[in-house]
Amino acid sequence: MGGVTMRARRVRARLRGWGGVGAMAAVCALALALVLMLPWARSGGAASPGQGGGKVAEASQAADADCKDPEKQTLAPSSADGPTIAAIKARQGEKRKLIVGVDQNSYRWGYRDPNNTGAALEGFDIDLVHRIAQDILGDPNAVQFKAIPTNQRIPAIQEGRVDMVVRTMTISCTRLNDVAFSAPYFKTGQQVLAPKSSKITGYDATLAKSRVCTAAGSTASTKLADDEKAGRLGAGVDIATTVPNQLDCLVRLQLGEVDAVVTDGALAASQAAQDPTVELKGSPFTTEYYGVAMKKDADDLVRRVNQILVQYRASGWQASYDTWLSATLGADAATSRPPAPQYLRTS
Amino acid sequence: MADLASPPTNTTPPPTRRTAFAEGVDTVRAAATTEPGRLRIIGALLALLVLAFGAVTAWQTTDREAAADDVLHKSQPLSSAAADIYRSLADANTAASNGFLAGGQETAATRQRYEEDIDKAAAELVTAASNADPGSPSTEFITRLNKLLPEYKGLVERARTYNRQGFPVGGAYLRYANEKMQDDMLPAAEDLYQLENRRLQDDYGDATPYPWAAIALGVLALAGLAWAQHRNYRRTNRVLNHGLVAASAATAVVLLWLVVGHTVARSGLNSSYDNGVRSLNVLHDARIASLKARGNENLTLVSRGAETVKVTADGDEITLDKYDHEFTTDMGALDKGLALAAKLADDRSGEKPVATAESNMAEWKKRHTAARAQDDNGNYEQALALVIGGKDATGACFDGVDKNLAIALAHEQAEFRQAAGNGLDAMTGLSLGAAVLAVLGAAGAVLGIGRRLSEYR
Repeated sequence: MGGVTMRARRVRARLRGWGGVGAMAAVCALALALVLMLPWARSGGAASPGQGGGKVAEASQAADADCKDPEKQTLAPSSADGPTIAAIKARQGEKRKLIVGVDQNSYRWGYRDPNNTGAALEGFDIDLVHRIAQDILGDPNAVQFKAIPTNQRIPAIQEGRVDMVVRTMTISCTRLNDVAFSAPYFKTGQQVLAPKSSKITGYDATLAKSRVCTAAGSTASTKLADDEKAGRLGAGVDIATTVPNQLDCLVRLQLGEVDAVVTDGALAASQAAQDPTVELKGSPFTTEYYGVAMKKDADDLVRRVNQILVQYRASGWQASYDTWLSATLGADAATSRPPAPQYLRTS
Repeated sequence: MADLASPPTNTTPPPTRRTAFAEGVDTVRAAATTEPGRLRIIGALLALLVLAFGAVTAWQTTDREAAADDVLHKSQPLSSAAADIYRSLADANTAASNGFLAGGQETAATRQRYEEDIDKAAAELVTAASNADPGSPSTEFITRLNKLLPEYKGLVERARTYNRQGFPVGGAYLRYANEKMQDDMLPAAEDLYQLENRRLQDDYGDATPYPWAAIALGVLALAGLAWAQHRNYRRTNRVLNHGLVAASAATAVVLLWLVVGHTVARSGLNSSYDNGVRSLNVLHDARIASLKARGNENLTLVSRGAETVKVTADGDEITLDKYDHEFTTDMGALDKGLALAAKLADDRSGEKPVATAESNMAEWKKRHTAARAQDDNGNYEQALALVIGGKDATGACFDGVDKNLAIALAHEQAEFRQAAGNGLDAMTGLSLGAAVLAVLGAAGAVLGIGRRLSEYR
């Protein structure tokens, strides 16, 4: 330790300075001195790096065996107010706002343009949120945005921290156990993103021995874990890197900490738009739909959002697509347009 | 009788050679029976005793002087430097997150503050490195920080570039940089600070104990000299033996110098600890708490409610914003730290900055509550303006706290230097003086006894 080496140095310095008589006399006195000068025992305060480690509970339930076409498991549209909507409308004054969980890091979906003077969020998801607020509260800006990490979307709804989540959230059987979804408002699929120079050509054997990044709690993360368990993943694929947000994967990719990213094609395209040296590899290997997620028992709100979506698909959707997504996903919206909704859920 | 003439057979072993020690003892025993012999022994013992006293005094005071010198010139400056490294790093990170909150329109002032913090941290790391013992844990922490600092800076620069292009990946880089700072760099800087602090405590522990061995030997030597003179008086009726008197005087001077000098030095050092180091520690901790609070206040807005914690209050489990909760904790620590600092401050110029910092903190809390209310109502822009806006924002209060704590730290640092310097001065020359006087004293004893001895020739 420092103290010991320092004391040793001091001893050396002393011996140098003290030759002859001093040294001889010191030897005479040494035995006595040693006894008298017994250790100055001292205890330093124990350092405690106070760090509370937050543990993220990741629920991974097996999807119901009888769940098919999760995007169809929603309630028929209706404009009638129920208890959930009444509670939102009853908020007073400054608080009379729809509280929505969104993303602030998804380029052209929900993000803050650093060059705008204000701190407003914008993007395809945000347009839809404004439309819903306009319909329910009569003011498109009566919204309180909460930025939610990918793996916090479901807890935030369940704990009532938000009224709804509009955040590129895939409708899945597993998630239907925890929350209710609206009809789909966007179609996408999982895709691989890698540097243009990479040997990876898609979600296939070329992924072997590479490190793949996903967002914690994302569809991609679940899919990769399932495929790894089933042995469908190539040899030596390392899927240990999970991050709070899919965009953090682009950071890791650029820093060379991972070799590829798996995320929704729509989001992967947004990542590619921010870095001309990466590209989407292969075609989407799943078909998924984004929906608005709400509390499981908020039936009136689900029906209302479905009603809003009926109108939104007719007018608004295409304009928003053209504004935000045509640059990254192509002018033709055909592959992204959601299918005609079906409302199979009855209770 | 032929067998008588024959050489004796070796039936008995030859007489064994006696050891030098045993022979010596016999010589002394023989000598002790005569007065000159006794005088010789007494003279030798007295000289040895006085020399031993001088040597032990020199040894113990050199040791303490070195430790006191380390307190003043090495371990305390290093402990302060480590606290400054922490401050610079945390402040740089806060400036960077300020820049992120402000978007592409990062102000020149924020940018300059960030650059200055990074420069300062780099310079302080060099100072710390040049003073650390090779292979010590300090070196390890310093190496780690030296490695992480450019990494951190690289991430922030990338974030800036992307921010300017309007890409949100800039924000992602900043989050990554923040993670590196919070999880790796600040803990390493805090460990370094604790380590240097412990070293300071150790040096105090080495510098302040009374040199009991030297004092005991001094008393013994004086007693021996007194006895020899008394014996001399009884045998010869002569009151003064010049040599022995000189030896006694030298021994008494050394003993007095030792006790008084050490007591003064000790009181200076203790006062430098009580009035300097304790205040400095409390102020450093308060400053760190205010930096953490400011960082968390910014992160509350950066993360926009993304992270929550569950805490139990009055038996109910409630969900709070993680960063706002940490802000509250940090402000509590700052509050306590400032109250303690006010209590420890012992003069007007020490109390004033602490009092100002306290009033800044009160205003900060008030403004923070207003900002939180805006954010809770979904008025993000207004909340942002209340936190990173101009002189009416919480940022101005934080700057006030930081500035006043810096003033208070400078003041306490000066007090420390003054008191510890006085302590060190009181030890000056003690070891050399003790050695010289002891040699003179021993010579006096030998001469004094020799004078008596010559009467027998």
